[in-house]
Amino acid sequence: MSDENDHKLEAKSDYVADAPSVSTPDIDAVPEAELPDQELYHSHSWWTTYVFSQDAKYIGIQYALTAIGTGLLGLVLSWLMRIQLAFPGLGWLEPSSYYQFVTMHGMIMVVYLLTALFLGGFGNLLIPLMCGARDMAFPYVNMLSYWAFVVAVLVLLASFFVPGGPTGAGWTLYPPQAITAGTPGYNGGIILMLISLILFVAGFTMGGLNYIITVLQLRARGMTLMRMPLTIWGIFTATVLAMFAFPALLVGCLMMTLDSLLGTSFFMPAMVSLGETLTHEGGSPILFQHLFWFFGHPEVYIVALPAFGIVSDLLSVHSRKTIFGYRMMVWAIVGIGALSFFVWAHHMYVSGMNPWFGFFFATTTLIIAVPTAIKVYNWILTLWRGNIQLSLPMLFSLGFIVTFLNGGLTGLFLGNVTVDVPLSDTYFVVAHFHMVMGIAPILVIFGAIYHWYPLITGRMMDETLGKIHFWITFLGSYAIYFPMHYQGFVGVPRRYFEIYDSPYIDTSTLLLNKFITIAVLIVGAAQLLFLYNLFASARLGKKSEKNPWKANSLEWQTPQMPPEHGNWGKELPKVYRWPYDFSVPGAKEDYIPQNQPPSEIIGAKVEKT
Amino acid sequence: MSDSSLDNLPKGWKSVPNDLGSDQTAFKGVQWGKAMMWIFLLSDTFIFSCFLISYMKGRGSTVVDWPNTSHVFSLDFMGVPVPLLLIAIMTFVLITSSGTMALAVKYGYEKNRKMCGHLILATAIGGLIFVGMQAFEWSKLIHEGVRPWSNPFGAGQFGSYFFMITGFHGTHVSIGVIFLFIFARKVYRGDFDTGRRGFFTTMKSDYVSIEILGLYWHFVDLVWVFIFAFFYLW
Repeated sequence: MSDENDHKLEAKSDYVADAPSVSTPDIDAVPEAELPDQELYHSHSWWTTYVFSQDAKYIGIQYALTAIGTGLLGLVLSWLMRIQLAFPGLGWLEPSSYYQFVTMHGMIMVVYLLTALFLGGFGNLLIPLMCGARDMAFPYVNMLSYWAFVVAVLVLLASFFVPGGPTGAGWTLYPPQAITAGTPGYNGGIILMLISLILFVAGFTMGGLNYIITVLQLRARGMTLMRMPLTIWGIFTATVLAMFAFPALLVGCLMMTLDSLLGTSFFMPAMVSLGETLTHEGGSPILFQHLFWFFGHPEVYIVALPAFGIVSDLLSVHSRKTIFGYRMMVWAIVGIGALSFFVWAHHMYVSGMNPWFGFFFATTTLIIAVPTAIKVYNWILTLWRGNIQLSLPMLFSLGFIVTFLNGGLTGLFLGNVTVDVPLSDTYFVVAHFHMVMGIAPILVIFGAIYHWYPLITGRMMDETLGKIHFWITFLGSYAIYFPMHYQGFVGVPRRYFEIYDSPYIDTSTLLLNKFITIAVLIVGAAQLLFLYNLFASARLGKKSEKNPWKANSLEWQTPQMPPEHGNWGKELPKVYRWPYDFSVPGAKEDYIPQNQPPSEIIGAKVEKT
Repeated sequence: MSDSSLDNLPKGWKSVPNDLGSDQTAFKGVQWGKAMMWIFLLSDTFIFSCFLISYMKGRGSTVVDWPNTSHVFSLDFMGVPVPLLLIAIMTFVLITSSGTMALAVKYGYEKNRKMCGHLILATAIGGLIFVGMQAFEWSKLIHEGVRPWSNPFGAGQFGSYFFMITGFHGTHVSIGVIFLFIFARKVYRGDFDTGRRGFFTTMKSDYVSIEILGLYWHFVDLVWVFIFAFFYLW
């Protein structure tokens, strides 16, 4: 054992092609295992295999399906809202229902779909596989995390059935209006919403601890941090953000629950409501906004960073080319994550603040554009002269780059106080955030599902259906959101439940609203096509070969595909390089998996990683 | 965990880039549960920071004056109101329990089952006394008319923040006490010597769990120091 120690800290795997030594066993050496093999709980019954599963892969699928199911509700709500906006004369929705649907749509999509799907779904599925671990560090806690999420979702859905219905306060839940008479669900729905969020945070904390520890402490032999796929970097950094951002949400929710149930005045100032003076006095509504956005802004990156990571891997694999500037990409992810904690008040420019604060937050906001731009340039340079395969994941990734760039650019407008103030609370804002944190991450999710579907089911998803799905979704989103930018510029306010022909609203808005609604209905229906593809392909899809995309990362190198419980069979993988060795000169294949020993690829001019 | 393979690692600051640049683990020789507890506590720090910052903001922006805390928190002792008397005892008990916890960790690693168990039990009793005195303080304040929504001494937010933050901290202490009792039983039963498997996780018991529990306990004490300073001394 002790003579192995000498090699321990040297990266023995860095094989240089023209070095004289030939196939000494030394070049295949990786550091010795530091930990004994992980002991796993093996399920004995149907219940512990499929329901209360402790296998991270199953938990990931459970998370993903629950999140998609909830997201489907969010989609239907958006249909209902859009029909109301297009045909205001129809009396389709009550004003209160409209606000309730806006609120539920927003919260469901941001927290219960995107966060849960990226971190709970892809995190659980990919972290142990890509790091070369058998499972998460604490499988039992991981299972609890999923079931806490289920309870959170059920509590959220229960709010549709309480008297007064779900809250209609908008997804930001600003007090005092969120808990004051006049707002739908002010004394029932809002409580369930807050409890649901608290449960979500508790559940997420259990999962998040697992993700962080697994990435930090359970990597395979030879897997250094700088050899991890960018997917893992994105999910890992997003999890760290969530661990530090969700506390603010938890505290805000708890205080608002007390304001509503016990009559405390954390956020409630002295008010007259329905002609009566309320008992509240001396609270600060702005305090809630600070707490909410200290969570809310990092939340944007909790959704965006996993998307950044995943799309980097998809682009690299499907253009058969090394990711451009890997280290830059890692530092950009970490830098964006750190900066995201210093920009929150740019959501509060119109709440009133010292102009110097506005100046500070505008500056920090614009600084975030730097690492973000680095990432966009690097994605494009990854594609540059690559062997681009227009597979489904690649199509969605390309769609992501364009959409993210679009949404990012409008973010520069809104980040500046002077431009933000007139645009605030118009459809320009709606268009901006849907482009940048709605459509862009969703496109990545679709790409990622098409990419990793064979890993889960052993079958491929249908290509033709997928292409129809892509083009309708991609072009349709632009048909929806481009007109909204224009509507914002002419001053159409958001959150109004009907927009009539009036001297204050440009008449073109009315026609555009109809156009947008038709696009929404079509794009939504295309998602049903995707769902059909998702479920039908599990039985009818073409059988996938092992490693169908010829990717390098570890999840495709398991002895079985789909991987079994414990992932790796008898022996854990050893890692010799990063996952981006595509089209290496001198190599037999155009890809070199991370776990292929250097002695098998002699002659290939591999980069030192 | 084979410690021998970790003996030759660089020490001090040099270990930071070395560990982060290495494979397998970023924190060398640190058990998973211990790393997890540290990260959980970091996250929990953010929760308490949010509470205390909100409290500062709330206290700074009330329309009515804040109650005179040295009057509100005083305790009559032989007919004389002594400010901070109860709190001083509570704080002393809690800090002392941190000391017994640290000793329990030491004896745990020395595999001194009896001493370790006694000291964990002492820590748990310290925590129980703390919670008991907190319940006494709450009932005294409630008796004097302090409510979460109002109080006779000044701004209503005093009661709101006081009950919420000390309540949240008290919940932490109570959870800690429950686990201390569970672990005291496990130590006495010899779980950590025999490596008996846990009830839920089927993981083998290890004395490192005592240290992990200790981390949590010290954190709860540390938070109390801040709550003490912000509520009782300000």
